[in-house]
Amino acid sequence: MLELRGITKRFGSVVANDGIDLDVPPGSLHAVLGENGAGKSTLMKILSGFLPPDAGRIRLDGQEVPTGSPRAALQAGIGMLHQDPLVCLPFTALDNFVLGRRGRIDRAAARRELGELCARFDFDIDPDVRARALSVGERQQLEIVRLLSLGVKVLILDEPTSGISSEQRTKLFAALRTLAADGLIVLFVSHKLEEVEELCDRVTVIRSGKVVGERTLPCPADELVELMFGEVVVSSGRPVVEIGSPALRVAGLAAGGGRQRIADVSMEVRAGEVVGLAGLEGSGQRTLLRVLAGLEPVRAGTVEIAGRRLDGSSYEHFVAAGVHYLPAGRLEEGLVPGLTIAEHLTLAARLPEWVVDWDAARIRAEEAIEHFRIKGGPDTPADALSGGNQQRLLLAMMPKDLRVLLMEHPTRGLDIESADYVWSRLLARRESGTAIVFSSADLDELVGYADRVVVFFSGRVLADLAAAELTADRLGTLIGGKVAS
Amino acid sequence: MKRAFRAVPAVWSVLAALVVSVGLLALAGAPPFEALVLVLDGAVGDGGRMADTLMSWVPLTLASAGLVVTFVAGLWNIGVEGQVIAGAIGATWAARTIPGDGLVVIPAALAVGVVAGAVWALAAGVLKTRGGVNEIFGGLGLGFVAQSLATYLIIGPWKRAGIASTSGTEPFREEVWLPTVGGTRLSPVAVLLAVAVIFLVWALLRGTRFGLRLKAVGANPASARLLGVPTEATVLRAFALGGGLAGLAGAVLATGIQHKLVPAIAGGRGFLAILVVLLAAYRIVWVAPIALFFAILSVGSAQLQLRLDLDSSIGGVLQGILVLFVILIGGWQALYRRGEP
Amino acid sequence: MEATIASIVAAAAPLVFAAVGETITEKAGVVNLSLDGSIALSAMASFAVAFVTGSVVLGFAVGAILSALVAMLVAFSGIRLRLNQVAVGFVLTLFLAALAQFLGNPFVRQPGPSVRPMSVPLLSEVPFVGRILFAQNISVYASLVLIVVVAWVFRRTRVGLELAAVGERPEAAHARGISVSRYRLGAAAVGGALVGIAGAAFSLDVKLGWSDTQVAGFGWIALAIVIFGGWRPVWVALGCYLFGALQVLALKLQPVFPGVAQILPSLPFPLMIFALVVVNSDRLQRLGERFPFLGRLLMSDAPAALGTNFEV
Repeated sequence: MLELRGITKRFGSVVANDGIDLDVPPGSLHAVLGENGAGKSTLMKILSGFLPPDAGRIRLDGQEVPTGSPRAALQAGIGMLHQDPLVCLPFTALDNFVLGRRGRIDRAAARRELGELCARFDFDIDPDVRARALSVGERQQLEIVRLLSLGVKVLILDEPTSGISSEQRTKLFAALRTLAADGLIVLFVSHKLEEVEELCDRVTVIRSGKVVGERTLPCPADELVELMFGEVVVSSGRPVVEIGSPALRVAGLAAGGGRQRIADVSMEVRAGEVVGLAGLEGSGQRTLLRVLAGLEPVRAGTVEIAGRRLDGSSYEHFVAAGVHYLPAGRLEEGLVPGLTIAEHLTLAARLPEWVVDWDAARIRAEEAIEHFRIKGGPDTPADALSGGNQQRLLLAMMPKDLRVLLMEHPTRGLDIESADYVWSRLLARRESGTAIVFSSADLDELVGYADRVVVFFSGRVLADLAAAELTADRLGTLIGGKVAS
Repeated sequence: MKRAFRAVPAVWSVLAALVVSVGLLALAGAPPFEALVLVLDGAVGDGGRMADTLMSWVPLTLASAGLVVTFVAGLWNIGVEGQVIAGAIGATWAARTIPGDGLVVIPAALAVGVVAGAVWALAAGVLKTRGGVNEIFGGLGLGFVAQSLATYLIIGPWKRAGIASTSGTEPFREEVWLPTVGGTRLSPVAVLLAVAVIFLVWALLRGTRFGLRLKAVGANPASARLLGVPTEATVLRAFALGGGLAGLAGAVLATGIQHKLVPAIAGGRGFLAILVVLLAAYRIVWVAPIALFFAILSVGSAQLQLRLDLDSSIGGVLQGILVLFVILIGGWQALYRRGEP
Repeated sequence: MEATIASIVAAAAPLVFAAVGETITEKAGVVNLSLDGSIALSAMASFAVAFVTGSVVLGFAVGAILSALVAMLVAFSGIRLRLNQVAVGFVLTLFLAALAQFLGNPFVRQPGPSVRPMSVPLLSEVPFVGRILFAQNISVYASLVLIVVVAWVFRRTRVGLELAAVGERPEAAHARGISVSRYRLGAAAVGGALVGIAGAAFSLDVKLGWSDTQVAGFGWIALAIVIFGGWRPVWVALGCYLFGALQVLALKLQPVFPGVAQILPSLPFPLMIFALVVVNSDRLQRLGERFPFLGRLLMSDAPAALGTNFEV
């Protein structure tokens, strides 16, 4: 019996886990469900000792498990398969299997053990091949047998099914069922509803660092979606904007690799239209946005911006064609830490002069600060701004005439006031004919602002619907991967 | 406010360094206060000595200014020593081959030195951008190649008539020496160059689009790229500028101080410049005064050798202690600020 | 001929200590740029101690301890102080070199004790090999044994595997309950001690006596050889012997090609750059995948986490 009490973890000002309690009986296949950023991975890392919690206790079979030490966790029988399997790439599979064991290494015995475990679950791993030559699925299998050989009683799998083949998935599920039948606790962390429903018997839903609900499966999908995403309110009317000619068009698009792959994506967005990309995290929205921005190469298919084919062209060509991309990671990819508001705006203005006119830059910055209501001065460094103000700065940095505006999670982490403001500015853009494509995990936002919603699932377009035809329930079900009514 | 806070650890570190230095001097049997006075006297005691100190200051400042550029761009240009040597080699070639009087040859030699240094740095840059070779090892490797090249030239093709010795090439003809004043070794041209370069780099970083791009690339290349900064070209240009200034330092060393090419032409100044910039927290404003401080230590410690029979390397020891303490104590302070014990 | 080879093996012994020691440190992910300065300091200190006490062993011990402490400082500043290992190592190398010169002043060019030759009975009579491998002194024997021991530890023991994991992917090591910081400090201590022994070997065995110029540059050469040898002890050692051979070759060619004695010894550096370019080149990597023997030669990547500080 696994018991977690009051697990809390903060990263700076962000509360990743907020007093989480969890009980899991032996022999269960227990799912931990939630969107990206909900705190599931952090919780599991704390459980496996990889991260120390700020507060909280862990008990397994009545025994207290010391936190913050992977060794203690392993000794207690808790092992975790990380999302990106933690294997050393230049090592052979056998060496990775053996790494971490106490005492002298007996490679011959280990080889036999590896072979036996693989045979038991119908895995096929060559012990002498280097880990970098193994696929993600095979690396996972290797890690699973390794943890089993260490005698774990709790096996945690963090998003195990992204990026593995369906055959590997079948084997994995079969293995997990066998293990649960043997009395192990299997914790299955995922955002994929369908798989959770297929495999598990209980599910805990986490949102914003808190447990928001527990259910026994089977359970209606939309109930789970509502737990994951929160209450959905259908929006009121929106001013009608005249929609013009196609601003962008993709056909048969395939791009990205591994978990971020998309295939056979076709869609069209017209000038003045707002299209929302919906779907569980990692279903392909990000890859599509990056392809449209010119940051991701195309493997098949075409990309047209304002009638011109741009697939294969450089990022600069896309910018010249009037495409602007706002990534989700504000400080990671959009802003430069250490540079001030004025400096950012100067760079964004892409002026041809070699010498910077700082007086003009200052005026430019002050205008932007007033116009976009940024709480900061021209000399405030971007990393000192709050999230909402950083987003305002990013908005201020947008070029004037845009054909296509691409945004990843435009209001993630923002308070309501900032989010409203962001959208009022964005919608104003439509009137000048800009086409807007955005991805979001907020059903409210999707249903409220988009003209059309394109739902992604496993790298493909599942549905492309006008917002008027959508209800919150329907959208939730689609996101969960079900096409049924 | 942030600036004042950054000065605080420096105060503690300087004090700590002072204490250790005093202890070290005492250990070596030298009365610390007398040693300090001797150092100052040796550096600025008379006109001739002040001239020497300034002439030591010039190449150090030039190389440091170049390093500020590369550091701002986020690069570890450890190959700076080799770039100084390359500049000296270039200037020596010009001084030996180009005919004419000083007015023609000296600017030519300096220019060739700049180009040579820039090329040497670009080699490290291209190895980084195209070859994926970390600029630390690329720069170091190229630095040693430059050293070998210099030594080879001194013993081989450019050797003194009849004698193949490592004491240097034939001295340049007097017309191509940097002109000096007042019977000392002070060359006003050299000092003016250093001052001009400081202003140049300051203006570049503050007032130009290039300077802004450098900062962006150094702080976050991914965002910089999205903002339209040509990251690879910017990095290479930073290398070229940093190397060019280091090459200028080498050219000044060759034409203004040594008046020939010697194996130890750079004399560790490139590496010392890295210390200067580390101590200056990568800020160009602090480079000139800190370089002056280091020059005083370097020149003045010769007196310690003469009068107190201490090895002249004491200068290097004191410089090292200072930077080491600043870095280590700075790191400790940062830990406290982050809230870790 | 065998005399030449024997002298190469003897002369390269200190370099072997330094390069193999640094290999251990870097395998764990710590880059110890203070190598050159550490060697100088240890060379000076061990000579001074041996000179004063008459004990060569004590000299070696002091040298080892000093460099071990320096290397641990570099590791510590990365682990605990979150500083850049390159910056700290670099400042240390300049500082220690100056310190060595300063403190070593009274000992310059003084004759002092040295390691005595010690032939292995019987084995040293073996033709050719005997003279090269068994008619040396204990320092040289130790260097040869070191290569074998380190290679064996890396390939066959648990400690070697965990060490490599710490330098390759510290998260993976951490998840398996391996203490990243303890291994890094330990590797720095061991590697640093070997570097110290290298310094002592210079002044008490190979070059005899202390003067600041004679050890200058060997630390950088050791760093280059570690890279060129692909962080594998046997190849690194071969690189050291190759360097020794180059030095001998340069001396022999000097009368014919003046200046070559200066150029050849710097060959490790272009070779190091070449090795780095090759390893980073995708095309060559793919070639290596198709031809396994070539692959093993080429695919000696740096420990992926080299020079980085690990944070949970």
